[in-house]
Amino acid sequence: MSSKKFYMTKKSNLLTLIMLILSTYFLIPLIWVITSSTKSVTDLFSTFGLWFGKSFQLWHNLRLVFTSDAGVYKVWLMNSLIYSIVGALGAALLCTMAGYGFSKYKFAGSTAIFRTVLAAVMIPTAALSIPTFIIFSKLGLVNTRWAVILPSLISPLGVYLMKVYSDTSIPNNMIEAARIDGATEFKIFKSISLRMLMPGFVTVLLLSIVGIWNNFFLPLIMLSETNLQPLPVGLFIWYGRAYNGGSGADPEFQVAVIASAGLSLIPLIIVFLFLQRYWENGLSLGAVKE
Amino acid sequence: MSNSSLKSTKRTGLFFVLPFFLLFIALLIFPLIYSGYISLYHKGLVGGNKFVGFENYVKMIHDPLWLSSVIRVALYFLLQVPLMLIIATFCALAIDSGKLRFPKFFRIAIFIPYAVPAVIGAIIWSYFYGYNYGFLNTVLGYFHIGKVNFFATQLSSLNSISALVTWEFAGYNMIILYAALKGLSTELYEAAAVDGAGAIKTAIRIKLPQLYPAIFLTLIFSIIGSFQLFTEPLQFQNLAPTTFNDQYSPNVYAYNVAFKGQQLNYAATISFSLGLIIAIVATAATLIGSRKGEKLI
Repeated sequence: MSSKKFYMTKKSNLLTLIMLILSTYFLIPLIWVITSSTKSVTDLFSTFGLWFGKSFQLWHNLRLVFTSDAGVYKVWLMNSLIYSIVGALGAALLCTMAGYGFSKYKFAGSTAIFRTVLAAVMIPTAALSIPTFIIFSKLGLVNTRWAVILPSLISPLGVYLMKVYSDTSIPNNMIEAARIDGATEFKIFKSISLRMLMPGFVTVLLLSIVGIWNNFFLPLIMLSETNLQPLPVGLFIWYGRAYNGGSGADPEFQVAVIASAGLSLIPLIIVFLFLQRYWENGLSLGAVKE
Repeated sequence: MSNSSLKSTKRTGLFFVLPFFLLFIALLIFPLIYSGYISLYHKGLVGGNKFVGFENYVKMIHDPLWLSSVIRVALYFLLQVPLMLIIATFCALAIDSGKLRFPKFFRIAIFIPYAVPAVIGAIIWSYFYGYNYGFLNTVLGYFHIGKVNFFATQLSSLNSISALVTWEFAGYNMIILYAALKGLSTELYEAAAVDGAGAIKTAIRIKLPQLYPAIFLTLIFSIIGSFQLFTEPLQFQNLAPTTFNDQYSPNVYAYNVAFKGQQLNYAATISFSLGLIIAIVATAATLIGSRKGEKLI
């Protein structure tokens, strides 16, 4: 820390100004969705995008979000929460166990298996969605919650991160000491190692939550049943309706779409802000440890 | 330690890895092999599946719609990724430089769009790109600049998608690079400071070269991401159906072939080839990038 101070001379106003200008690009869309969520349709297209309109009808818009289509938004929100939490917890647990296993044990083929998993980081998941759909439709899993949860349990990157984390955070002699004390391997994992792996676990959990919460292609093709769909698929459908008009065209609906878009950002932004340090921990492992 | 307990330890290792590994085989390796397998078959109107060898691939290579989708994502990759990585690197170096006021604020501000699902990002940006009442054209109007059609040509549509995706992912890459910067040893900075090197010189001469492996990692992730382009063009199809056509990207094309055309075998062929194309591009990038004598991945 003291060494950092060493070259920390004077703050630069020019650099701060450049970064301020650059950060408007990142913040304007978010400001826009907040202010627009409070507007009437007329204001949406006639008042300045980054400030509130003449009317303030946030509550009206929110009511529209929660009552349209018999309150399906609540169902979508609940589905998104279920898929993200169940999928991410499962993925994080599987990755932690596997990463720990690769890190602390040598077994037949362990190096070859780990290399395969590492290579699989490169497999583009979207390219697998259609083949997975064909397999799942044969197994009768299409239009069930499993169709979305099962594929999200697999995170090769998460296994890699947990192996590296396990390598650096659990000293081998501690495991040896516990063995000499007569603890079983599973007990060592459960009562000693797991606690030390927690920061890595949370990082993988976060990465998985974001991945599942934002996933669109997989649930779009797997779930045609409205009551099973997560938020992105639901909003995609609503958006299409607001734009195309179509049957029962309702210009009001545009504000419902924008308000529901804004509302859908809140859970993840909260997760982001509260757990920010875990991002850097995890991603630094991935980037530095080559 | 007796031989039998060593054996049981070995078995325990397998026990920890096995749950993941079984699902890994079932849900990743098997679909991959399966898509390669069914791409060699053709579903006829009568008689079910018939083995046709590489017929689907021959058809694909001669399919101008498929070719256009591949060329488009390749162009999109060239337009979007370098600019995004330059912005991400610049921001990471700026935040790490110690010369910036409110570094924490900037770190969050740039990273937060990554929390926005692609579908929602596309909804917001579609209101920015609208021709008559869109936010961007309204702002241009304040400066008495004429309206811009952001989806007029294929090229402008790619630029519009690039601006959206850069907004969403620059912060993610910045965090990877920033974390790598924090992991660098500070000894070299101190030596540079003693030599009278300023912050800019330190950033370019000392930090940037050491950041190379991390930048390379973000490049590989970006290759995988950009070739899989799907959500944004599908969403923008509502705004400009002729520009954002059914073969805008290989994934959009595979989706339409599978679900509008009901040609699952051909869709699997397109999916499998996309995976192959990504692997080739990523490997090529690794080979080119590794020439510096460093082992990258």
